[in-house]
Amino acid sequence: MHIFDYHKPIEKHATLLLVLSLVVVSIGGIVQIAPLFYLENTIEDVEGVRPYSPLEMAGRNIYIREGCYVCHSQMIRPMRDEVQRYGHYSLAAESQYDHPFQWGSKRTGPDLARVGGRYSDQWHVDHMEDPRALVPESIMPAYPWLARTELDADGIEAVIAANRMVGVPYTDEQVEMAAVHFEAQADPDHPAAFDVAEIYPGAQVRNFDGAPGVSELDALIAYLQMLGTLVDFSTFEPDASR
Amino acid sequence: MYHILREIADSWGLLSMTILFLGVVVWTFRPGSREVHDDIANIPLRNDEWRED
Amino acid sequence: MAGSLKLIALALVAFFAAIGANFAQDLAYQVHALIVLAVAAFLFIRQMRMMGNGPALTPETGYMDDVIRYGVVATAFWGVVGFAAGTFIAFQLAFPELTLDIPQTSFGRLRPLHTSAVIFAFGGNALLCTSFYIVQRTTAARLWGGNLAWFVFWGYNLFIVLAATGYLLGVTQGKEYAEPEWYVDLWLTVVWVAYLLVFLGTLWKRKEPHIYVANWFLLAFIVTVAMLHLVNNLAVPVSIFGSKSVQLFAGVQDAMTQWWYGHNAVGFFLTAGFLGMMYYFVPKQAERPVYSYKLSIVHFWALIFLYIWAGPHHLHYTALPDWAQTLGMVFSIMLWMPSWGGMINGLMTLSGAWDKLRTDPVLRMMVISIGFYGMSTFEGPMMSIKAVNSLSHYTDWTIGHVHSGALGWNGMITFGALYFLVPRLWNRERLYSLAMVNWHFWLATIGIVLYAASMWVTGIMEGLMWREVDAQGFLVNSFADTVDAKFPMYLVRGLGGILYLAGGVIMCVNLWKTAIGAGQTRTAAAVPAE
Repeated sequence: MHIFDYHKPIEKHATLLLVLSLVVVSIGGIVQIAPLFYLENTIEDVEGVRPYSPLEMAGRNIYIREGCYVCHSQMIRPMRDEVQRYGHYSLAAESQYDHPFQWGSKRTGPDLARVGGRYSDQWHVDHMEDPRALVPESIMPAYPWLARTELDADGIEAVIAANRMVGVPYTDEQVEMAAVHFEAQADPDHPAAFDVAEIYPGAQVRNFDGAPGVSELDALIAYLQMLGTLVDFSTFEPDASR
Repeated sequence: MYHILREIADSWGLLSMTILFLGVVVWTFRPGSREVHDDIANIPLRNDEWRED
Repeated sequence: MAGSLKLIALALVAFFAAIGANFAQDLAYQVHALIVLAVAAFLFIRQMRMMGNGPALTPETGYMDDVIRYGVVATAFWGVVGFAAGTFIAFQLAFPELTLDIPQTSFGRLRPLHTSAVIFAFGGNALLCTSFYIVQRTTAARLWGGNLAWFVFWGYNLFIVLAATGYLLGVTQGKEYAEPEWYVDLWLTVVWVAYLLVFLGTLWKRKEPHIYVANWFLLAFIVTVAMLHLVNNLAVPVSIFGSKSVQLFAGVQDAMTQWWYGHNAVGFFLTAGFLGMMYYFVPKQAERPVYSYKLSIVHFWALIFLYIWAGPHHLHYTALPDWAQTLGMVFSIMLWMPSWGGMINGLMTLSGAWDKLRTDPVLRMMVISIGFYGMSTFEGPMMSIKAVNSLSHYTDWTIGHVHSGALGWNGMITFGALYFLVPRLWNRERLYSLAMVNWHFWLATIGIVLYAASMWVTGIMEGLMWREVDAQGFLVNSFADTVDAKFPMYLVRGLGGILYLAGGVIMCVNLWKTAIGAGQTRTAAAVPAE
């Protein structure tokens, strides 16, 4: 029997061809994806990373909605120039609560993994209104509607609850109080303002856009200002076998 | 674990893949099953018009 | 009886769509519910009128070509839409004022619109209609499932409309090339299963004993895309009445899953599926069988096995564990071999018929598409080498690479297929104008060259500028400097887009004139009763 004859049945049975193709294309994915869920060193053991506060989460959803990820990465590679330009290289731990991840694939604009604290709130307010007023070379679109669009707290509890369903360790209190914390983080005079920084360690509480009420811009700046600020690198040891 | 796999890939793994590849190349171009395959390869060149049967 | 069931089903769809529109938590969801409501209402009325006329007698014989004609029109239409969107956003990057300061026209929303229009609307419709054509002509059987093929066509285009309107209204999952939200994903799953059934059913009732290799590639494309789509879109909706959902996976696992999906959207949607087109249309246009049928068998198994591993090369030097990156790199480099095997097989099909290239611009289009396929499948493995990737990643080089594949390979082979199909489907002796095909060929080719060359320049330039340090070890260039330096090349890229778009418009005119039979009479060939 000629060696090619063993292939004959496949050429004559559509279902066999279908099943074999599916088996062949499954192997690579299984080998590459499945171990990431059980190998312990996939995500480093560092302190400081916590779930997003409700206001930060709302800002992150605006970041996703406006497609910021198509031009900005959030993944600093361990090369000398990147570490100099953007800060310590990104850890897997830092995006462990990101559903979905926002590492990005293109830097039409700079990396944002550690943009938190780099610029003042007012800089961000002006920059979203007119990027070229601050950076003449910039080709970023202006986002003037963010400051003018009020964001209400109604939907945020459901968003936090859905994140808990997929494995983000929110407590019952964090889910139930989501709307309150949402309002409080953007208003230092809010009675619950003090709780926010306690329940979400490192959360910044202030009126981000400087205008009354909670706007989309408040949420977005709250998100941008916390990016990359959580990890305590003194507790981080690189794993050589990773 | 990673280092063991890496060593295998660098040596015997690489060698066996290369041999496999060369084998496939030779196999592809040696004659055999030619008639059947010639017939299959001609499938697109017939059946342009619908035929009842 | 079946008609009544259909009416009830449509009424239920309309009812739930109305509820959805009423309780919608965001504008996009409401718009989508209204679109679904309108479609269901339209079909309901249509069904009622058809039932009034008694049972329609549709002869189930002959090849089912009506749906393919619709697919051809949709392919040409979405192609021009996608090219135009791409050209517009290319100029937005040169002149950011073109954003117009309104949400719906900002780059972040139009870019997914462009990529989806080109990949899923243009490429997807091309795959749908050519696969329906190929599977019938290589099995000598009519499409299986009666009107199911129509459901696939209209259902798929409804998916595209829902996805595109969603992007403009700010609905996205935030994962590249998998942007549509949960309910749109569910709808696509239904349509895709129907597609698989039509295709597989036709193979089952084939009259040829063997399954021609083009169908293997198409079958692998359909089933793999189903697998990728399902796994990468696992998500929990925030509310049943809202568009927002939360991805099941997070961080590093989500990244790996996304690029396993993203790379194989290229590998199976834009490669395996289009190779199916190549293995049919190139032999047809050259009027000779494929160079080596055995090579095509090896090509098939090697390609589908190796491609699926290559995803991690999108995540070099990231927080993805090294072992996965190394696997991705090794398999990407190995992928070069089957890719070029396939390219050689396609090109050598012309051996003994090379003279046709001088006289047949349609064949020339197909051949240059194979040339671009070879070029981008060489460039791809090269860019997946970690040392090269450290420079090329995050830069315009990647954009150039994608476009030499998409414009050169997918675009050109599709144009060739459309030029092949239209005279046959509309029973015309020939195309309206070969000179216009020639114009299209050169406009598109020069457009691609301008595009790829300008992106090589900006990509390598910005990669080098980013990493440039002075004698003291300080960075030389600010990020803004690199943006500024790219401006002239962005103009060249935009010009390339205009040329490519112009070629597409010329094609549409040519195909239209061919279809209406301008300057020629209908061929004598028997028109199969539909």
